[in-house]
Amino acid sequence: MPAVQETIDQVRSIDVDQYKYGFETEVEMEKAPKGLSEDVIRFISAKKGEPEWMLQWRLDAYKRWLTMKEPNWARVSYDKIDYNDIYYYAAPKNNPAPKSLDEVDPEILKTYEKLGIPLREQEILAGVEPQNRVAVDAVFDSVSVATTFKEELKKAGVIFMPISEAIREYPDLVRQYLGTVVPVTDNFFATLNSAVFTDGSFVYVPPGVRCPMELSTYFRINEKNTGQFERTLIIADKGSYVSYLEGCTAPKRDENQLHAAVVELIALDDAEIKYSTVQNWYPGDAHGKGGIYNFVTKRGDCRGKNSVITWTQVETGSAITWKYPSCILRGDNSRGEFYSIAVSNGMQQVDSGTKMIHLGKNTTSRIISKGIAAGKSENTYRGLVSAHRKATGARNFTNCDSLLIGNQCGAHTVPYIESKNSTAVFEHEATTSKISEDQMFYCQQRGLSEEEATALIVNGFVKDVLQQLPMEFAVEAQKLISISLEGSVG
Amino acid sequence: MADVTLMKTPAESALAQAFESAKNMLPGNAESRAQAFEQFSSRGLPHRRVEEFKYTDLRALLREIAPFANVPSAEEAKAALRESKAFADVSALQVPFVNGHFVREAVDFHNLPEGIEIVPLREALANGHEWLAKLSPVTWASDNPIYQLNTSFMADGVMIRVAGAVETPVHLRFVTAAGSAVATATRVLVVVEDDASVTLLESHESTDGTNHQPNDVMEMIAGDRSNVQHVRLNAEGDKTLALSTLAMKIGGEATFNSINVVAGAATSRHQVYAILDGENTNLRVNGASMLKGSQHSDSTLVVEHNALHCESRELFKTVIDNEATGVFQGKIIVPHHAQKTDGRMMSAALLLAEGGSMNNKPELEIFADDVQCAHGATCGQLDEDLLFYLMARGLPKKDAESLLVQAFLGEAIEFVENESAREALVTTVESWLKARA
Repeated sequence: MPAVQETIDQVRSIDVDQYKYGFETEVEMEKAPKGLSEDVIRFISAKKGEPEWMLQWRLDAYKRWLTMKEPNWARVSYDKIDYNDIYYYAAPKNNPAPKSLDEVDPEILKTYEKLGIPLREQEILAGVEPQNRVAVDAVFDSVSVATTFKEELKKAGVIFMPISEAIREYPDLVRQYLGTVVPVTDNFFATLNSAVFTDGSFVYVPPGVRCPMELSTYFRINEKNTGQFERTLIIADKGSYVSYLEGCTAPKRDENQLHAAVVELIALDDAEIKYSTVQNWYPGDAHGKGGIYNFVTKRGDCRGKNSVITWTQVETGSAITWKYPSCILRGDNSRGEFYSIAVSNGMQQVDSGTKMIHLGKNTTSRIISKGIAAGKSENTYRGLVSAHRKATGARNFTNCDSLLIGNQCGAHTVPYIESKNSTAVFEHEATTSKISEDQMFYCQQRGLSEEEATALIVNGFVKDVLQQLPMEFAVEAQKLISISLEGSVG
Repeated sequence: MADVTLMKTPAESALAQAFESAKNMLPGNAESRAQAFEQFSSRGLPHRRVEEFKYTDLRALLREIAPFANVPSAEEAKAALRESKAFADVSALQVPFVNGHFVREAVDFHNLPEGIEIVPLREALANGHEWLAKLSPVTWASDNPIYQLNTSFMADGVMIRVAGAVETPVHLRFVTAAGSAVATATRVLVVVEDDASVTLLESHESTDGTNHQPNDVMEMIAGDRSNVQHVRLNAEGDKTLALSTLAMKIGGEATFNSINVVAGAATSRHQVYAILDGENTNLRVNGASMLKGSQHSDSTLVVEHNALHCESRELFKTVIDNEATGVFQGKIIVPHHAQKTDGRMMSAALLLAEGGSMNNKPELEIFADDVQCAHGATCGQLDEDLLFYLMARGLPKKDAESLLVQAFLGEAIEFVENESAREALVTTVESWLKARA
C-alpha cells in the first residue's frame, strides 16, 4: 500500500528546499591553522587552558587515528573527505569566553533569537511554566558561548557547564569518566573526535538528585570550512535523574561540513538519563550539493543496577547520517530504550539505528524505529541486539517500520540479533499483541481495528517520550510524530 | 585492497595445491574453472570480517582440506547405498551419488518416468552438452566463495529436464562413505519447463566420525506456471562440514516450495539464492534445524523479487540444544520495478540449554514504494506456561518439551506436500528428540 496523501504532504513540508535555518551569521572568527597536526591539537588544548594529561590524551588519540581507516560498511556513499582541508577550531574572535550574556557578541545572540533558543533566563521564566524551564548550553562552532541557569543548578548540586570548563574545574571527575564508554580507540570518527574535540556539555547529577529542569545543548555550525567536534559527557550518580536535549542546525552552503561528535552517558545504580535529539543539520540542496556529514558516536552505559537510559531522536537533517546511539546494559535489571524517527528527503542518506548490549541479569530493552524515505534518499535502519552468556532473563522488543514515498528512494533494514543465553527472549517485530495484550484488547473492544490499535499504542508510546521535549524543540518533532505510517513496508 | 598482502592460510594453500593437481583431470572447460578459482583465491576463505560470513567464519572452521574423493568402485557404491536410510519409505526415482560421484548403474535410463530426462554432468562437461549454457541461472551467486569453490572443483553431477506433470518424485541421494575424510563437489541442474511440475527430494548422508567436506550446488530453472516441490534433508555424519547452495530462477505464475531440514553435520551452511523472474509467482522457502552438541548451522537466504505481484514466504525454525550455534541470515531485495511485492520472512529460534547461541540477521532492501515486506525474528526458551500446562496434565518434563519442540518445528515442515516425505521428516524430528532424552 502506498503512503497516504497526508503523510506525503507532511514530508514535503520538511523537504530539503524548505530548510529554515540556513542563514549565516557574520561574526569575526578566530581559527586554528587549517588542517590536522600535533600543532593544531596543541593549539586547541592551549586555547582551552587544558591540563597536561588532557593534551596527552588528545595526542595519543591522534597517533592512534593516523593508523586507522575510515569505515565503509555503512550504506552511504560520499566523496573522500580531505581531513587536512578543515579548520578544527573556530571561535568568535571577540571574547571567546564570555562571562555573562552581556559580553556575548550581539550578532550571536541574534542568531539564537532567530533560531528560537532562549538564552536569557528571565525570558524563559516569563514565557513558560516554571517546571518546564530549560537550561541551555549554546555551542557556536567550536566554543560554548552561553550556559544558562548554571547557578540555580549548582544549588541543587548539578554541574552543567561546557566540557572545556569542566576539564579545568572538575578535572578528577572528568578524568574518571571520560572515554570509559566510548574508548579513544573505539572507531575512526570517535578517535578523531578524541584528538580534536573542542566543546560540548558536561553534566554531573549527584546521588539522589532529580535535576530540577531540563538541560539542553544547542549546536550551531556557522563558520565555513570548519568541522564541529563536540564531546558530551553526562553522569547520573546513584538514584538521580536527568533529562537532556540537543538540537542542531547549520547554514546553507555548497560545501559539505563534517560533524563528528561523541556522546557518553553513564547511569549508576537506580539512575535514569533521558537523552533526546532533534537533529536538523542542513541536509544539502535537492541535487545533493552541500550539507552536513553527521558521523556521530553516541553510547550510554547503564553501569549500575536498575539504571535506565532512553535515547529519543528525531532526525530530519544532514546530508549523511551515520549514528547508532547505543546502550550497554551492564547493571542487573537495567533498561535501555531507543525511539527514533528518521525522515530523509532529497539526496539524503541515513544509516542509523541502535545497539542494545545485554550483559547484566534481567536487563530489558525496547527499540521503536520509524524511517521515512522520500525523494531520492536512502534510509537504512541498522541495529544490534545481543545477549551475552550471563544476561539471564534479558528481554528485547524491537519494532522498525519504514515507509517509502516515491520509487526513487530506498528503505533498508539490517538488524542483527545475537543471543548467547537461553533465557533471553528477543522479539524483532514479532506479533503486535506482544506490545501489550491488555491495551490491544481495550482498543479493539472500543471498535478500533488491530492496525489502528497498534498504531495508536506505538505512536502513543513515542509521543509519550517526545512530548517531554521542551517547547523550543517540540514543534518540529510533534509535526513528524503526527505522520501516519499507513502503508508501512515493514 | 591493493595495500593488503594476502597471507594464505594452510587450508587456502592446500586448496590451491589441490586445484593445481586436479585441474587437468577434471572434465570440461578448464578455463572457466581456473577463472572461478582465481576469483576465489583473490579473496581467500571468507572470515568473520566478511559481512556474509560474519557468523560462519570459514577461515577458522576449515583448517584442513580433505583430499578430493575418487570414483568409488561398483561394490563400494552398492555397499554405501545399502546403508543409506534417507526417505527410505518414499517411492521415488533414485538418482544416487556416492562420494560425490553419480552412480549411473543405479539408474535405468531406458525406463525413466515420462517427462524426465537425465544427463550425467561428467559426460556433459566432457562433450560440451548444450544444456551447460543453462548453468548459473543466478548470476550473482558466482560472487560467493563457496559457489566459486564448487565451480572450480565440481567433479560430477546430473542435469535433469522436467517436461509435463511428473508424478513420481525424483530423489537425489548423496552418500559419502569413504573410510577416511574426503572432499566432494557436485553440481545438479534441474530445468523445469513451462507448465511442468515435479517433486524433488534431496538427501545428504555421510559416515559418522569422519571429517568429510561436501560442497554441493543445486541449480534450478523453473518455467512459467511450473510447480516445484523441493525437500532437502541434511543427515550428514557428526564430523562432516557441509556447504551447500541452492540457486533458482523462477518464472511467472509459478509455485516453488523448498525446505531444508538440518539433522546432521558438525558444521553446515546452506545458502539459498532465488530470483523471482516472472509476475504472480509464489515462493516459499522454509528451514527446520535441530542442533545439539557443538554443532554450528547457518541458513543464508537472498530472495530477489524481480517482477510485479510476487509473493514470498520464508520461515526458518531452529532448535538449539547444548552448546550449539544457529545462524539465520536472510535478505529480501525489492527493486523499484517490483511493485505489489508481498514478502514475509520469519526466523524463530528455541534455546533449550544454557550454552547455546543464535544469531539472526533478517534484512530488507526495498526500493519500491507499493509493497508489503515484513520480517521478524524471535529467540528464546520454551514457554514456561505451556510447559506447566502439559506437566500439570501428567507429562514428564522431557515429554512436554518434546511435544512443544515438535509443534515448533512442525510449523515449518507441514508445508511439505508429499505425504511420505513429510512423514519421514516428522520421524527425523522424533528420533532427534528421542536421542536427546
